[in-house]
Amino acid sequence: MIKTKLKSTRDGFGEALVKLAKKEKKIVVVDADLKTSLRLVDFSQKYPERFIEVGVAEQNMMGVAAGLAMSGKIVFATSFACFSPAINWNNIRISVCYNHANVKIVGSHAGLATGPDGASHQALEDISLMRVLPGMVILAPSDFDQAFALTILAARHKGPVYLRLTRPTTAKIVADNKNLKIGGSQILRKGRRITFLSYGPVLAEVLKAASKVDGEVINCYSLKPIDQETILASCRRTGRVITIEDHSIFGGLGSAVAEILIQSLPLPLRMIGIDDQFGESSRDFLDLWEKHGLTSQKIAAVAGKMLR
Amino acid sequence: METNLEKIARSLRKEILKMVWQAGSGHIGGSFSSLDLLVACYFGGFLSFESHDPYWPSRDRFVLSNGHVCPALYAVLATAGFFPKEKLKRLRDFQSPLQGHPSRLALAGIENSSGPLGQGLSVAVGMALAAKIDQAKWHVYCLTSDAEHNEGQIWEGVMTAVKYKLDNLTILVDKNGTQIDGRTDEIMPLGDLAAKYLSFGFNTLEIDGHRFDQILDGLASAKRHSRQPTVIIAKTILGKGVSFMEGKPVWHEGPPTKEELSRALKELE
Repeated sequence: MIKTKLKSTRDGFGEALVKLAKKEKKIVVVDADLKTSLRLVDFSQKYPERFIEVGVAEQNMMGVAAGLAMSGKIVFATSFACFSPAINWNNIRISVCYNHANVKIVGSHAGLATGPDGASHQALEDISLMRVLPGMVILAPSDFDQAFALTILAARHKGPVYLRLTRPTTAKIVADNKNLKIGGSQILRKGRRITFLSYGPVLAEVLKAASKVDGEVINCYSLKPIDQETILASCRRTGRVITIEDHSIFGGLGSAVAEILIQSLPLPLRMIGIDDQFGESSRDFLDLWEKHGLTSQKIAAVAGKMLR
Repeated sequence: METNLEKIARSLRKEILKMVWQAGSGHIGGSFSSLDLLVACYFGGFLSFESHDPYWPSRDRFVLSNGHVCPALYAVLATAGFFPKEKLKRLRDFQSPLQGHPSRLALAGIENSSGPLGQGLSVAVGMALAAKIDQAKWHVYCLTSDAEHNEGQIWEGVMTAVKYKLDNLTILVDKNGTQIDGRTDEIMPLGDLAAKYLSFGFNTLEIDGHRFDQILDGLASAKRHSRQPTVIIAKTILGKGVSFMEGKPVWHEGPPTKEELSRALKELE
Protein backbone atom coordinates (compact mmCIF):
# COMPACT_ATOMS: atom_id res chain seq x y z
CA MET A 1 0.00 0.00 0.00
CA ILE A 2 1.32 3.43 -0.94
CA LYS A 3 1.15 5.82 1.95
CA THR A 4 0.32 9.34 0.69
CA LYS A 5 1.06 12.32 2.86
CA LEU A 6 -2.11 14.10 3.92
CA LYS A 7 -2.24 17.81 3.31
CA SER A 8 -4.56 20.74 4.06
CA THR A 9 -6.09 23.54 2.03
CA ARG A 10 -3.70 25.99 3.71
CA ASP A 11 -0.79 23.86 2.47
CA GLY A 12 -2.21 24.12 -1.05
CA PHE A 13 -2.43 27.90 -0.71
CA GLY A 14 1.15 28.30 0.53
CA GLU A 15 2.62 26.11 -2.20
CA ALA A 16 0.59 27.76 -4.96
CA LEU A 17 1.71 31.19 -3.86
CA VAL A 18 5.40 30.30 -4.11
CA LYS A 19 4.83 28.93 -7.59
CA LEU A 20 2.79 31.96 -8.66
CA ALA A 21 5.27 34.50 -7.32
CA LYS A 22 8.07 33.11 -9.42
CA LYS A 23 6.41 34.20 -12.67
CA GLU A 24 4.15 36.98 -11.45
CA LYS A 25 6.29 39.71 -9.93
CA LYS A 26 3.26 41.74 -8.84
CA ILE A 27 2.35 39.22 -6.13
CA VAL A 28 2.82 40.68 -2.64
CA VAL A 29 1.84 39.06 0.67
CA VAL A 30 0.80 41.01 3.76
CA ASP A 31 0.88 38.96 6.94
CA ALA A 32 -0.34 39.60 10.49
CA ASP A 33 2.05 37.38 12.46
CA LEU A 34 0.72 34.05 11.23
CA LYS A 35 3.15 33.06 8.51
CA THR A 36 3.74 29.59 9.94
CA SER A 37 0.03 28.79 10.26
CA LEU A 38 -0.70 30.19 6.80
CA ARG A 39 2.16 28.16 5.27
CA LEU A 40 4.03 31.29 4.17
CA VAL A 41 7.48 30.57 5.59
CA ASP A 42 8.75 29.37 2.23
CA PHE A 43 7.36 32.45 0.44
CA SER A 44 8.80 34.82 3.04
CA GLN A 45 12.26 33.30 2.60
CA LYS A 46 12.18 33.17 -1.20
CA TYR A 47 10.65 36.63 -1.71
CA PRO A 48 11.46 38.72 1.39
CA GLU A 49 11.05 42.00 -0.52
CA ARG A 50 7.46 41.03 -1.35
CA PHE A 51 6.54 39.79 2.11
CA ILE A 52 5.20 42.56 4.36
CA GLU A 53 4.86 41.71 8.04
CA VAL A 54 2.60 44.14 9.92
CA GLY A 55 2.39 42.27 13.20
CA VAL A 56 -0.82 41.51 15.06
CA ALA A 57 -2.76 44.32 13.41
CA GLU A 58 -5.44 43.01 11.08
CA GLN A 59 -7.09 46.39 10.43
CA ASN A 60 -3.84 47.98 9.34
CA MET A 61 -3.01 44.85 7.33
CA MET A 62 -6.12 45.32 5.21
CA GLY A 63 -5.53 49.04 4.64
CA VAL A 64 -1.90 48.39 3.71
CA ALA A 65 -3.08 45.65 1.33
CA ALA A 66 -5.48 48.09 -0.34
CA GLY A 67 -2.73 50.70 -0.74
CA LEU A 68 -0.37 48.15 -2.30
CA ALA A 69 -3.14 46.94 -4.63
CA MET A 70 -4.01 50.45 -5.74
CA SER A 71 -0.34 50.86 -6.66
CA GLY A 72 -0.49 47.91 -9.05
CA LYS A 73 0.24 44.91 -6.82
CA ILE A 74 -1.72 41.65 -6.59
CA VAL A 75 -2.00 41.41 -2.84
CA PHE A 76 -2.71 38.42 -0.61
CA ALA A 77 -3.68 39.62 2.90
CA THR A 78 -3.55 36.65 5.22
CA SER A 79 -4.76 35.77 8.70
CA PHE A 80 -7.21 33.49 10.49
CA ALA A 81 -10.80 33.70 9.28
CA CYS A 82 -11.94 34.57 12.82
CA PHE A 83 -9.86 37.80 12.67
CA SER A 84 -9.95 38.62 8.97
CA PRO A 85 -12.74 39.20 8.00
CA ALA A 86 -14.06 40.25 11.40
CA ILE A 87 -11.76 42.63 13.22
CA ASN A 88 -11.10 44.43 9.93
CA TRP A 89 -14.46 44.15 8.20
CA ASN A 90 -14.87 47.89 7.66
CA ASN A 91 -11.42 48.09 6.09
CA ILE A 92 -12.55 45.36 3.72
CA ARG A 93 -15.79 47.21 3.07
CA ILE A 94 -14.31 50.63 2.27
CA SER A 95 -10.56 50.40 1.65
CA VAL A 96 -10.84 47.17 -0.37
CA CYS A 97 -14.35 46.84 -1.84
CA TYR A 98 -15.40 50.47 -2.29
CA ASN A 99 -12.00 51.16 -3.89
CA HIS A 100 -12.31 47.92 -5.87
CA ALA A 101 -8.74 47.15 -4.79
CA ASN A 102 -7.16 43.95 -6.11
CA VAL A 103 -6.82 42.27 -2.71
CA LYS A 104 -7.17 38.56 -2.00
CA ILE A 105 -8.33 38.12 1.57
CA VAL A 106 -7.18 34.77 2.87
CA GLY A 107 -8.89 33.51 6.01
CA SER A 108 -7.53 30.24 7.32
CA HIS A 109 -8.66 27.97 10.15
CA ALA A 110 -12.31 28.45 9.27
CA GLY A 111 -15.11 26.42 10.80
CA LEU A 112 -15.41 23.93 13.63
CA ALA A 113 -12.63 21.98 11.90
CA THR A 114 -10.22 24.31 13.72
CA GLY A 115 -10.85 22.08 16.74
CA PRO A 116 -9.02 22.55 20.06
CA ASP A 117 -8.70 26.36 19.98
CA GLY A 118 -12.39 26.70 20.74
CA ALA A 119 -15.18 29.15 19.91
CA SER A 120 -13.13 32.35 19.64
CA HIS A 121 -11.00 30.82 16.89
CA GLN A 122 -13.69 28.93 14.98
CA ALA A 123 -14.98 31.31 12.31
CA LEU A 124 -18.58 30.31 11.64
CA GLU A 125 -19.78 33.58 10.12
CA ASP A 126 -16.99 34.62 7.73
CA ILE A 127 -18.96 33.76 4.61
CA SER A 128 -21.99 35.70 5.88
CA LEU A 129 -19.77 38.74 6.49
CA MET A 130 -18.28 38.54 3.01
CA ARG A 131 -21.40 37.73 1.01
CA VAL A 132 -22.97 41.12 1.76
CA LEU A 133 -20.06 43.12 0.35
CA PRO A 134 -20.62 44.42 -3.21
CA GLY A 135 -18.25 42.85 -5.74
CA MET A 136 -16.72 40.33 -3.33
CA VAL A 137 -15.90 36.91 -4.79
CA ILE A 138 -15.88 33.99 -2.32
CA LEU A 139 -13.96 30.78 -2.96
CA ALA A 140 -13.77 27.80 -0.60
CA PRO A 141 -11.56 24.85 -1.58
CA SER A 142 -12.13 21.37 -0.23
CA ASP A 143 -8.65 19.87 -0.33
CA PHE A 144 -4.98 20.58 -1.02
CA ASP A 145 -5.15 20.39 -4.81
CA GLN A 146 -8.28 22.48 -5.04
CA ALA A 147 -6.78 25.15 -2.77
CA PHE A 148 -3.73 25.20 -5.04
CA ALA A 149 -5.93 25.71 -8.11
CA LEU A 150 -8.23 28.29 -6.51
CA THR A 151 -5.26 30.35 -5.28
CA ILE A 152 -4.12 30.68 -8.88
CA LEU A 153 -7.67 31.47 -9.99
CA ALA A 154 -7.95 34.17 -7.31
CA ALA A 155 -4.69 35.78 -8.40
CA ARG A 156 -5.88 35.94 -12.01
CA HIS A 157 -9.17 37.60 -11.09
CA LYS A 158 -8.99 41.38 -10.95
CA GLY A 159 -10.79 42.55 -7.81
CA PRO A 160 -11.49 41.49 -4.24
CA VAL A 161 -11.62 37.76 -3.47
CA TYR A 162 -12.13 35.95 -0.18
CA LEU A 163 -10.38 32.58 -0.01
CA ARG A 164 -11.61 30.40 2.86
CA LEU A 165 -9.00 27.94 4.11
CA THR A 166 -9.07 25.23 6.74
CA ARG A 167 -6.69 23.68 9.22
CA PRO A 168 -6.98 19.88 9.04
CA THR A 169 -5.16 17.64 6.64
CA THR A 170 -7.35 15.42 4.50
CA ALA A 171 -7.11 12.88 1.72
CA LYS A 172 -7.89 14.01 -1.79
CA ILE A 173 -11.60 14.77 -2.07
CA VAL A 174 -11.95 16.21 -5.58
CA ALA A 175 -10.52 14.22 -8.52
CA ASP A 176 -10.22 16.99 -11.09
CA ASN A 177 -9.54 20.73 -10.85
CA LYS A 178 -9.15 21.54 -14.52
CA ASN A 179 -12.25 23.59 -15.19
CA LEU A 180 -12.60 25.67 -12.05
CA LYS A 181 -13.95 29.14 -12.60
CA ILE A 182 -15.36 32.01 -10.63
CA GLY A 183 -19.09 31.35 -10.52
CA GLY A 184 -18.54 27.65 -11.22
CA SER A 185 -19.33 24.43 -9.37
CA GLN A 186 -18.53 20.73 -9.72
CA ILE A 187 -20.83 17.75 -9.79
CA LEU A 188 -18.79 15.31 -7.70
CA ARG A 189 -21.36 12.53 -7.79
CA LYS A 190 -24.33 11.92 -10.03
CA GLY A 191 -27.56 10.90 -8.32
CA ARG A 192 -31.31 11.02 -8.80
CA ARG A 193 -33.15 11.35 -5.50
CA ILE A 194 -31.71 14.30 -3.64
CA THR A 195 -29.28 17.17 -4.29
CA PHE A 196 -26.50 17.69 -1.74
CA LEU A 197 -24.85 21.12 -1.93
CA SER A 198 -21.69 21.71 0.04
CA TYR A 199 -18.10 23.01 0.01
CA GLY A 200 -14.86 22.58 1.95
CA PRO A 201 -13.43 19.45 3.60
CA VAL A 202 -16.86 18.39 4.93
CA LEU A 203 -17.54 17.23 1.35
CA ALA A 204 -15.82 13.95 2.27
CA GLU A 205 -18.69 13.27 4.70
CA VAL A 206 -21.29 14.44 2.20
CA LEU A 207 -20.01 12.07 -0.50
CA LYS A 208 -20.27 9.11 1.87
CA ALA A 209 -23.83 10.07 2.86
CA ALA A 210 -24.92 10.59 -0.75
CA SER A 211 -23.75 7.17 -1.80
CA LYS A 212 -26.24 5.62 0.60
CA VAL A 213 -29.29 7.44 -0.83
CA ASP A 214 -28.57 7.86 -4.55
CA GLY A 215 -27.81 11.54 -3.98
CA GLU A 216 -26.22 14.05 -6.34
CA VAL A 217 -23.31 16.02 -4.82
CA ILE A 218 -22.38 19.47 -6.04
CA ASN A 219 -19.26 21.21 -4.77
CA CYS A 220 -20.16 24.91 -4.59
CA TYR A 221 -16.54 26.03 -4.26
CA SER A 222 -17.53 29.43 -5.70
CA LEU A 223 -19.95 30.67 -3.08
CA LYS A 224 -20.20 34.09 -4.68
CA PRO A 225 -20.98 34.35 -7.48
CA ILE A 226 -22.77 31.03 -7.14
CA ASP A 227 -23.53 28.65 -9.99
CA GLN A 228 -27.31 29.08 -10.09
CA GLU A 229 -27.71 27.23 -13.36
CA THR A 230 -26.11 23.98 -12.23
CA ILE A 231 -27.80 24.13 -8.83
CA LEU A 232 -31.26 24.73 -10.30
CA ALA A 233 -30.84 22.05 -12.99
CA SER A 234 -29.92 19.45 -10.39
CA CYS A 235 -32.65 20.48 -7.94
CA ARG A 236 -35.22 20.36 -10.72
CA ARG A 237 -34.27 16.74 -11.41
CA THR A 238 -34.13 15.53 -7.81
CA GLY A 239 -36.85 17.65 -6.22
CA ARG A 240 -35.10 17.70 -2.81
CA VAL A 241 -32.17 19.74 -1.50
CA ILE A 242 -29.82 19.59 1.48
CA THR A 243 -27.06 22.12 2.13
CA ILE A 244 -24.17 21.06 4.35
CA GLU A 245 -21.53 23.45 5.64
CA ASP A 246 -19.07 23.91 8.49
CA HIS A 247 -20.45 27.44 8.99
CA SER A 248 -23.49 29.15 10.46
CA ILE A 249 -26.76 28.39 8.71
CA PHE A 250 -27.35 32.16 8.72
CA GLY A 251 -25.81 33.79 5.69
CA GLY A 252 -23.78 30.90 4.31
CA LEU A 253 -24.44 28.44 1.50
CA GLY A 254 -27.79 27.41 2.99
CA SER A 255 -29.00 31.00 2.84
CA ALA A 256 -27.60 31.53 -0.66
CA VAL A 257 -29.41 28.44 -1.94
CA ALA A 258 -32.63 29.42 -0.16
CA GLU A 259 -32.45 32.83 -1.83
CA ILE A 260 -32.21 31.17 -5.24
CA LEU A 261 -34.85 28.48 -4.73
CA ILE A 262 -37.49 30.65 -3.13
CA GLN A 263 -37.43 32.98 -6.13
CA SER A 264 -37.65 30.42 -8.90
CA LEU A 265 -38.02 26.85 -7.70
CA PRO A 266 -39.52 26.43 -4.23
CA LEU A 267 -38.55 22.95 -3.06
CA PRO A 268 -38.14 21.15 0.26
CA LEU A 269 -34.79 22.35 1.63
CA ARG A 270 -32.85 21.28 4.73
CA MET A 271 -29.89 23.30 5.97
CA ILE A 272 -27.20 21.47 7.92
CA GLY A 273 -24.74 23.77 9.65
CA ILE A 274 -24.27 25.54 12.94
CA ASP A 275 -27.61 26.81 14.21
CA ASP A 276 -27.19 30.08 16.13
CA GLN A 277 -24.45 28.77 18.41
CA PHE A 278 -20.78 29.28 19.15
CA GLY A 279 -18.33 26.46 18.68
CA GLU A 280 -16.26 24.95 21.49
CA SER A 281 -12.98 23.12 22.02
CA SER A 282 -12.46 19.57 20.97
CA ARG A 283 -9.21 17.68 20.53
CA ASP A 284 -10.85 15.89 17.63
CA PHE A 285 -12.95 18.18 15.47
CA LEU A 286 -15.02 15.20 14.33
CA ASP A 287 -16.72 15.32 17.75
CA LEU A 288 -17.89 18.81 16.83
CA TRP A 289 -19.01 17.77 13.37
CA GLU A 290 -20.94 14.89 14.97
CA LYS A 291 -22.61 17.25 17.46
CA HIS A 292 -23.72 19.64 14.70
CA GLY A 293 -24.84 17.00 12.24
CA LEU A 294 -21.92 17.25 9.83
CA THR A 295 -20.84 13.59 9.79
CA SER A 296 -21.90 11.19 7.03
CA GLN A 297 -24.29 9.23 9.25
CA LYS A 298 -26.06 12.35 10.50
CA ILE A 299 -26.28 13.77 6.98
CA ALA A 300 -27.63 10.45 5.66
CA ALA A 301 -30.22 10.43 8.45
CA VAL A 302 -31.54 13.85 7.40
CA ALA A 303 -31.66 12.66 3.80
CA GLY A 304 -33.47 9.49 4.80
CA LYS A 305 -36.11 11.49 6.65
CA MET A 306 -36.61 13.71 3.60
CA LEU A 307 -37.09 10.68 1.37
CA ARG A 308 -39.68 9.01 3.62
CA MET B 1 1.09 91.74 0.72
CA GLU B 2 -0.97 88.64 0.08
CA THR B 3 1.07 85.81 -1.44
CA ASN B 4 -0.15 83.73 -4.34
CA LEU B 5 -0.90 80.74 -2.07
CA GLU B 6 -2.82 82.95 0.36
CA LYS B 7 -4.82 84.31 -2.54
CA ILE B 8 -5.68 80.81 -3.78
CA ALA B 9 -6.67 79.71 -0.27
CA ARG B 10 -8.89 82.75 0.21
CA SER B 11 -10.68 82.13 -3.05
CA LEU B 12 -11.10 78.42 -2.29
CA ARG B 13 -12.66 79.21 1.09
CA LYS B 14 -15.35 81.08 -0.81
CA GLU B 15 -15.87 78.11 -3.14
CA ILE B 16 -16.17 75.75 -0.17
CA LEU B 17 -18.76 77.97 1.53
CA LYS B 18 -20.86 78.06 -1.62
CA MET B 19 -20.51 74.31 -2.16
CA VAL B 20 -21.68 73.40 1.32
CA TRP B 21 -24.45 75.99 1.24
CA GLN B 22 -25.71 74.56 -2.06
CA ALA B 23 -25.41 70.96 -0.81
CA GLY B 24 -27.29 71.79 2.38
CA SER B 25 -24.76 69.79 4.42
CA GLY B 26 -21.01 69.20 4.66
CA HIS B 27 -18.01 69.89 6.84
CA ILE B 28 -16.79 73.48 6.67
CA GLY B 29 -14.80 73.60 9.94
CA GLY B 30 -12.23 70.92 9.05
CA SER B 31 -12.20 71.92 5.39
CA PHE B 32 -11.07 75.40 6.45
CA SER B 33 -8.56 74.23 9.06
CA SER B 34 -6.86 71.85 6.61
CA LEU B 35 -7.15 73.93 3.44
CA ASP B 36 -3.82 75.74 3.73
CA LEU B 37 -2.02 72.37 4.07
CA LEU B 38 -3.75 71.13 0.92
CA VAL B 39 -3.04 74.33 -0.99
CA ALA B 40 0.64 74.16 -0.04
CA CYS B 41 0.91 70.54 -1.24
CA TYR B 42 -0.85 71.06 -4.58
CA PHE B 43 0.20 74.62 -5.46
CA GLY B 44 3.43 75.06 -3.50
CA GLY B 45 5.40 72.88 -5.91
CA PHE B 46 5.60 69.77 -3.75
CA LEU B 47 3.06 67.38 -5.19
CA SER B 48 3.96 66.08 -8.62
CA PHE B 49 0.77 65.47 -10.64
CA GLU B 50 -0.72 65.76 -14.13
CA SER B 51 -4.36 66.81 -13.94
CA HIS B 52 -4.94 65.76 -17.58
CA ASP B 53 -3.39 62.35 -16.82
CA PRO B 54 -4.62 61.66 -13.26
CA TYR B 55 -3.31 58.06 -13.21
CA TRP B 56 0.20 58.94 -14.41
CA PRO B 57 2.21 56.18 -12.68
CA SER B 58 5.00 58.43 -11.38
CA ARG B 59 2.69 60.94 -9.71
CA ASP B 60 2.94 61.66 -6.03
CA ARG B 61 -0.04 60.30 -4.09
CA PHE B 62 -2.20 62.45 -1.85
CA VAL B 63 -4.33 60.34 0.48
CA LEU B 64 -7.10 62.10 2.35
CA SER B 65 -7.66 59.96 5.44
CA ASN B 66 -10.26 62.09 7.21
CA GLY B 67 -12.60 61.95 4.24
CA HIS B 68 -15.24 64.30 5.59
CA VAL B 69 -13.12 67.36 4.77
CA CYS B 70 -13.39 66.50 1.06
CA PRO B 71 -14.98 69.86 0.14
CA ALA B 72 -11.46 71.29 0.60
CA LEU B 73 -9.91 68.58 -1.59
CA TYR B 74 -12.62 68.97 -4.27
CA ALA B 75 -12.04 72.72 -4.44
CA VAL B 76 -8.28 72.14 -4.73
CA LEU B 77 -8.63 69.46 -7.42
CA ALA B 78 -10.96 71.64 -9.51
CA THR B 79 -8.52 74.55 -9.28
CA ALA B 80 -5.67 72.21 -10.22
CA GLY B 81 -7.60 71.27 -13.37
CA PHE B 82 -8.75 67.73 -12.57
CA PHE B 83 -12.35 68.64 -13.43
CA PRO B 84 -14.34 71.76 -14.39
CA LYS B 85 -15.10 74.12 -11.51
CA GLU B 86 -18.72 74.00 -12.60
CA LYS B 87 -18.96 70.55 -11.02
CA LEU B 88 -18.32 71.95 -7.54
CA LYS B 89 -21.98 72.99 -7.51
CA ARG B 90 -22.98 69.35 -7.38
CA LEU B 91 -21.40 68.40 -4.04
CA ARG B 92 -23.44 65.59 -2.43
CA ASP B 93 -25.95 65.60 -5.28
CA PHE B 94 -27.56 62.49 -6.81
CA GLN B 95 -25.12 60.81 -9.24
CA SER B 96 -22.50 63.50 -8.71
CA PRO B 97 -18.82 62.48 -8.74
CA LEU B 98 -18.45 64.73 -5.69
CA GLN B 99 -19.73 62.24 -3.13
CA GLY B 100 -20.36 63.25 0.48
CA HIS B 101 -17.23 61.33 1.36
CA PRO B 102 -14.62 60.83 -1.38
CA SER B 103 -14.96 57.94 -3.80
CA ARG B 104 -11.95 56.91 -5.87
CA LEU B 105 -14.06 55.28 -8.55
CA ALA B 106 -16.37 58.29 -8.85
CA LEU B 107 -13.76 61.01 -9.36
CA ALA B 108 -10.31 60.98 -10.99
CA GLY B 109 -7.79 62.65 -8.69
CA ILE B 110 -9.11 60.90 -5.58
CA GLU B 111 -6.48 58.32 -4.64
CA ASN B 112 -8.48 56.58 -1.92
CA SER B 113 -12.12 56.28 -0.90
CA SER B 114 -12.44 57.29 2.71
CA GLY B 115 -15.02 58.10 5.33
CA PRO B 116 -14.57 55.69 8.23
CA LEU B 117 -11.70 57.20 10.23
CA GLY B 118 -8.41 55.40 10.77
CA GLN B 119 -8.11 53.59 7.45
CA GLY B 120 -6.47 56.11 5.12
CA LEU B 121 -3.08 56.12 6.83
CA SER B 122 -2.82 52.34 6.39
CA VAL B 123 -3.63 52.76 2.69
CA ALA B 124 -0.95 55.47 2.42
CA VAL B 125 1.54 53.13 4.11
CA GLY B 126 0.65 50.43 1.56
CA MET B 127 1.26 52.88 -1.30
CA ALA B 128 4.60 53.96 0.14
CA LEU B 129 5.59 50.29 0.51
CA ALA B 130 4.69 49.68 -3.14
CA ALA B 131 6.97 52.55 -4.18
CA LYS B 132 9.78 51.05 -2.09
CA ILE B 133 9.28 47.58 -3.62
CA ASP B 134 9.41 49.11 -7.12
CA GLN B 135 12.25 51.47 -6.18
CA ALA B 136 10.05 54.26 -7.54
CA LYS B 137 10.62 57.87 -6.62
CA TRP B 138 7.10 59.04 -5.90
CA HIS B 139 6.13 60.35 -2.49
CA VAL B 140 2.96 59.73 -0.48
CA TYR B 141 1.25 62.52 1.46
CA CYS B 142 -1.44 61.60 3.95
CA LEU B 143 -3.71 64.20 5.48
CA THR B 144 -5.27 63.23 8.80
CA SER B 145 -6.59 65.10 11.83
CA ASP B 146 -5.86 65.10 15.54
CA ALA B 147 -9.21 63.48 16.35
CA GLU B 148 -8.56 60.70 13.83
CA HIS B 149 -5.80 59.62 16.23
CA ASN B 150 -8.57 58.34 18.53
CA GLU B 151 -8.64 55.37 16.17
CA GLY B 152 -6.22 52.64 17.24
CA GLN B 153 -5.57 51.71 13.63
CA ILE B 154 -3.66 54.98 13.16
CA TRP B 155 -1.02 53.74 15.57
CA GLU B 156 -0.82 50.41 13.75
CA GLY B 157 -0.05 52.35 10.58
CA VAL B 158 2.47 54.53 12.41
CA MET B 159 4.40 51.47 13.64
CA THR B 160 4.47 49.96 10.16
CA ALA B 161 5.72 53.20 8.58
CA VAL B 162 8.62 53.28 11.06
CA LYS B 163 9.42 49.58 10.73
CA TYR B 164 9.79 49.88 6.95
CA LYS B 165 11.64 53.24 7.15
CA LEU B 166 9.12 54.88 4.84
CA ASP B 167 10.93 58.15 4.18
CA ASN B 168 8.68 58.49 1.12
CA LEU B 169 5.69 59.08 3.42
CA THR B 170 4.69 62.41 4.95
CA ILE B 171 1.77 62.59 7.35
CA LEU B 172 0.08 65.96 7.77
CA VAL B 173 -1.95 66.29 10.97
CA ASP B 174 -4.61 68.98 10.96
CA LYS B 175 -4.58 69.70 14.67
CA ASN B 176 -7.63 71.89 15.09
CA GLY B 177 -8.47 70.65 18.58
CA THR B 178 -12.09 69.96 17.74
CA GLN B 179 -14.21 66.96 16.89
CA ILE B 180 -17.86 66.27 16.21
CA ASP B 181 -19.13 66.53 19.77
CA GLY B 182 -16.78 69.15 21.17
CA ARG B 183 -13.20 69.91 22.16
CA THR B 184 -10.65 67.16 21.56
CA ASP B 185 -9.31 67.74 25.08
CA GLU B 186 -12.69 66.77 26.51
CA ILE B 187 -13.77 64.00 24.13
CA MET B 188 -10.43 62.15 24.11
CA PRO B 189 -7.27 64.00 25.14
CA LEU B 190 -4.31 63.19 22.89
CA GLY B 191 -1.69 64.51 25.26
CA ASP B 192 1.59 65.47 23.66
CA LEU B 193 1.08 64.24 20.11
CA ALA B 194 4.57 65.27 18.99
CA ALA B 195 6.16 63.34 21.86
CA LYS B 196 4.11 60.31 20.92
CA TYR B 197 5.26 60.44 17.29
CA LEU B 198 8.85 61.00 18.38
CA SER B 199 8.79 57.99 20.65
CA PHE B 200 7.37 55.86 17.84
CA GLY B 201 10.37 56.85 15.71
CA PHE B 202 9.04 59.54 13.38
CA ASN B 203 10.83 62.60 12.09
CA THR B 204 8.48 64.98 13.88
CA LEU B 205 7.83 68.60 12.97
CA GLU B 206 5.46 71.08 14.60
CA ILE B 207 4.25 74.09 12.67
CA ASP B 208 1.56 76.72 12.42
CA GLY B 209 -0.81 75.20 9.85
CA HIS B 210 -1.91 78.58 8.54
CA ARG B 211 1.58 80.00 7.82
CA PHE B 212 2.61 79.03 4.32
CA ASP B 213 6.30 79.69 4.98
CA GLN B 214 6.22 77.13 7.81
CA ILE B 215 4.17 74.59 5.82
CA LEU B 216 6.52 74.82 2.83
CA ASP B 217 9.60 74.52 5.06
CA GLY B 218 8.06 71.44 6.70
CA LEU B 219 7.28 69.80 3.37
CA ALA B 220 10.79 70.53 2.13
CA SER B 221 12.46 69.08 5.18
CA ALA B 222 10.19 65.99 5.03
CA LYS B 223 11.29 65.36 1.47
CA ARG B 224 14.97 65.68 2.37
CA HIS B 225 14.74 63.38 5.38
CA SER B 226 15.84 59.79 4.91
CA ARG B 227 15.28 56.44 6.64
CA GLN B 228 12.35 57.73 8.70
CA PRO B 229 8.81 58.81 7.84
CA THR B 230 7.90 62.40 8.66
CA VAL B 231 4.90 63.80 10.48
CA ILE B 232 4.04 67.48 10.24
CA ILE B 233 1.80 68.37 13.14
CA ALA B 234 0.06 71.55 12.08
CA LYS B 235 -1.66 73.64 14.73
CA THR B 236 -4.76 74.96 13.02
CA ILE B 237 -8.03 76.73 13.71
CA LEU B 238 -11.38 75.14 13.00
CA GLY B 239 -13.29 77.29 10.51
CA LYS B 240 -10.16 79.38 9.81
CA GLY B 241 -10.81 82.48 7.72
CA VAL B 242 -14.32 83.38 8.83
CA SER B 243 -14.40 85.18 12.16
CA PHE B 244 -17.68 83.80 13.45
CA MET B 245 -16.73 80.21 12.56
CA GLU B 246 -13.21 80.15 13.98
CA GLY B 247 -12.78 77.75 16.90
CA LYS B 248 -16.51 76.98 17.19
CA PRO B 249 -17.22 73.22 17.34
CA VAL B 250 -20.70 73.86 15.93
CA TRP B 251 -19.05 74.45 12.53
CA HIS B 252 -17.67 70.91 12.42
CA GLU B 253 -20.63 70.02 10.24
CA GLY B 254 -23.55 71.83 8.73
CA PRO B 255 -24.28 74.54 6.15
CA PRO B 256 -24.40 78.29 6.76
CA THR B 257 -27.71 80.09 6.48
CA LYS B 258 -28.08 82.46 3.54
CA GLU B 259 -27.32 85.37 5.81
CA GLU B 260 -24.24 83.64 7.30
CA LEU B 261 -23.06 82.78 3.80
CA SER B 262 -23.14 86.38 2.61
CA ARG B 263 -21.45 87.61 5.79
CA ALA B 264 -18.73 84.98 5.41
CA LEU B 265 -18.21 85.72 1.72
CA LYS B 266 -17.92 89.43 2.50
CA GLU B 267 -15.20 88.71 5.07
CA LEU B 268 -13.27 86.78 2.45
CA GLU B 269 -13.44 89.54 -0.18
